[in-house]
Amino acid sequence: MKFGVLQFPGSCDEIDALAAARRVGEAELIWHRDRDLGGADAIIVPGGFSYGDYLRAGAIARFSPAMESVIAFAGEGGLVLGICNGFQVLCEAHLLPGALLPNANLRFTFRQVELDVVRPDTAFTAACVLGERLSIPAKHSWGRYYADQPTLRLMEDSAQVVLRYASGHNFNGSVEDIAGVRNEAGNVFGLMPHPEHAVDELTGGSADGLSIFESMRLAAEGAVGAGVGDA
Amino acid sequence: MPEAATLPSVDDALALGLTREEYELACVKQGRPPNQVELAMYSLLWSEHCAYKHSKRLLRTLPTEGAHVVMGPGENAGAVDVGGGLVCAFKVESHNHPSAVEPFQGAATGVGGILRDIFAIGARPIAVLDSLRFGELSGAGASDRVRYLLDGAVSGIGHYGNSIGVPTVGGEVYFEGPYEQNCLVNAMALGLARRERLVRSAAAGPGNVVVLFGASTGRDGIGGASVLASAELGHDGDGGEDRRPTVQVGDPFEEKKLLECSLELLDRELLVSLQDLGAAGLTSSASEMASKGEVGIDLDVARVPLREPGMEPFEIMVSESQERMLCVVEPHRLKDVMSVCEKWEVNGAAIGTVTDSGRMRVLRDGELVGDMPVTALVDECPLYDLFPQRPAEPLYPPAAATLAPEEPARATLLALLSSPNIASRRPLFEQYDAIVQSRTIRRPEQADAAVLALPDGSALAVSIDCNGRRVAADPYRGTVEAVLECAANLACVGAEPLGTTNNLNFGNPEKPHIAWQLSESVRGLGDACRSLQAPIVGGNVSLYNEGSTGPIYPTPVIGMVGRLPDARLAGRLGFARAGEQLAVVGPFAPSLAASELEKLHGAALPDGLPEIDIDAVAAAQDAVREAVRGGALSSAHDIAEGGLAVALAECCLAGGLGARVRLQASASPLVELFGEGPGGFLVSGSEQALRALAERTAVSPIGAVGGEALAIELAGEAGAVSLQATLEELSTAHSQGLKEFFS
Repeated sequence: MKFGVLQFPGSCDEIDALAAARRVGEAELIWHRDRDLGGADAIIVPGGFSYGDYLRAGAIARFSPAMESVIAFAGEGGLVLGICNGFQVLCEAHLLPGALLPNANLRFTFRQVELDVVRPDTAFTAACVLGERLSIPAKHSWGRYYADQPTLRLMEDSAQVVLRYASGHNFNGSVEDIAGVRNEAGNVFGLMPHPEHAVDELTGGSADGLSIFESMRLAAEGAVGAGVGDA
Repeated sequence: MPEAATLPSVDDALALGLTREEYELACVKQGRPPNQVELAMYSLLWSEHCAYKHSKRLLRTLPTEGAHVVMGPGENAGAVDVGGGLVCAFKVESHNHPSAVEPFQGAATGVGGILRDIFAIGARPIAVLDSLRFGELSGAGASDRVRYLLDGAVSGIGHYGNSIGVPTVGGEVYFEGPYEQNCLVNAMALGLARRERLVRSAAAGPGNVVVLFGASTGRDGIGGASVLASAELGHDGDGGEDRRPTVQVGDPFEEKKLLECSLELLDRELLVSLQDLGAAGLTSSASEMASKGEVGIDLDVARVPLREPGMEPFEIMVSESQERMLCVVEPHRLKDVMSVCEKWEVNGAAIGTVTDSGRMRVLRDGELVGDMPVTALVDECPLYDLFPQRPAEPLYPPAAATLAPEEPARATLLALLSSPNIASRRPLFEQYDAIVQSRTIRRPEQADAAVLALPDGSALAVSIDCNGRRVAADPYRGTVEAVLECAANLACVGAEPLGTTNNLNFGNPEKPHIAWQLSESVRGLGDACRSLQAPIVGGNVSLYNEGSTGPIYPTPVIGMVGRLPDARLAGRLGFARAGEQLAVVGPFAPSLAASELEKLHGAALPDGLPEIDIDAVAAAQDAVREAVRGGALSSAHDIAEGGLAVALAECCLAGGLGARVRLQASASPLVELFGEGPGGFLVSGSEQALRALAERTAVSPIGAVGGEALAIELAGEAGAVSLQATLEELSTAHSQGLKEFFS
């Protein structure tokens, strides 16, 4: 099982993601100018401020050579995880529905948040159980998830909402407390909180984030399906 | 050399901040009147900011050597050995005047500047802390401008640190009237490097190429070091708006690329030396590199990538455009250097050559436009003696009273908890990423010091502190206390000090009473650091911090870095287990002198603080440190602002557990509950652990952890007091104090 972690100029959490992925498998960085994904079984688009987040968070990174390959990889059913800025990039690339808006408080906010696992039957949460609560740090200024009503209903029909903020933890004002979403095919997943920063009790406040990476390993090794049609 | 149509006059020199005598000395050094380029360069390098001309003699008295010191003062940052082949580079710097003029960019570029100092010596920045001072937020004397400065500075620090991927792990903020017109924004950064990878800034090797890389050069920040940083801010209510163009504008994305590019250049061993561009831009970077290497440098300003057309040579030489570095490269490595720059999308340009002339020569398209001896520029600025005189009259008016002295103890505790200097800092630190890079073991409000994991299982601890009001009351003892408090914070997480950095924020040293504050403070700094064996490895001086209403409180901000052997045993401040014993530890002799309570009562500053037995305090710190790192104590907290009662409340809130406390008061109840002073810790642990601790230092059992409230019963000759507040009541007071200012 090999993860590829994209690295853009302005990425900040790519080394953290690399280290987290290495707890469950192999992992290598992929430079933004490379089209070759190095035979990775799963891709992580990490947090940070790719290309300075100029224009709009994730708007430039989405056009990078590496992302073009990731879009093709996702189209072939490859596993892709987007964390924070990575989630923004995946939305900009239309690999995931919806968009991320400025936090309701209009400030960068760092907080340990609790997330409810509402779909444990996905390639990204198979190591969790229904209703499990994950304690994971979040830190961002553009994290308010938004999608219009018709999109939300479609997402509901295909079980695309995987994680929701627990009561009292939706500080950014995301619609319907949505914290993590997957695409319709179930192989692309994005969330604003940082599971890679919750893989060790010592530094993460919890190790709950590890189950996201562990789930991806299980999925890549064929132990679970991508959750397509499980809805 | 072509003569300018008109050479600058002595009046031009005065306008640039030089004195008449300094101008005449520059003429002697040049053998003729300096031209425009040369005068601009002399005025910057001979400014207080660059030459430390009023503080250098004092700074030479500080202890700078010790077992762990790898790099001492004089380089971009100091460094200490942290074991496992690694060193920790660290330094604190101020960006006070730019922040007073434009707080967001001023604070942001303050963070950018200190980060460049760290990676300039080859260390990867791993943490930022900040030390902030503003005027009163509420009550008489409060102004909207204070809120604007606070909000802007906090946003600016977050914007830069968050965007570049360096965690902001700690800091401190105080609100006091004397900072109303002259806020303080000090930023400290830490970095990690392999010991053999540290790089110095001395230029070497005549014939080697001087390469400027990073952002292009514009007209921003021209004269920042001399006009902004080395003079008092405007009088007559001038907020400094006319100086706004002298504030630099920061771009953390550019710096992130610059950081990665610099570290890759060093990793691949492509550089002879490296230096960041900070105050006084190319002028100071190139001259200091030449001075340290005892060589000369020729620079051609026509080769500098410019942000705007038509810039004059002197403008290019003094521009303080951010996110730039200067390096010296052997000619055959130039191509590789440029390809690393290209990889990181960073502009690189060969702009000059190292020479053996000992002269700093500025050219434009090959034509000589400035020619100065390097030693004159860098090393021969006149140094000035201070003429200290203890002030006969109090310098600072008392703060307006916000609490009646007859208020009951419970109301007093709640008022202190919600007062701006004690209230929860969460509304500030929530705006900072404290965890990126996955080293942060103790986040803000989890412990007295931030704790960062090292690869070998040990950890770094870091604290920054200074209570300016106490330094104002007694510059010597107040400074000793600031150093002791940093070391106490480290002891609470189990760390011993390795080294110290400092930023001396004072008023105009040419005034005898400020000279007295400064010299007394430096004496205290030296004494305390010697006693704790925590040598000074670097620092900064910020003088002329005065507004029309007078000087700031003398504020020697202390940053201290320590190490603990086992990261898993890092101490916490919150109570951990109901039923455990509580004790006050150490030679704690509380007094209300210059305390937060006296401030709320509107009392005048005392003339002097109680005597301190530094060695006894250090012994108590040793005992607490050993107990924490041995895992014997469940919590440890330094008793500071607001005294024992506030410390109890803070430990209750951090642990989500109440406490039942019985005190036998020898002094008045207010002194017992709210008195301050160095040397006291509040700890919790098993009875056995406290008995063991008592063999090494004074331990007074005061009660037990547990319940949903803090309940204190106090008996004594001066009367009995009992107070009770639920965790929820404490939390409301503590959490609301600063929240409204960030809504």
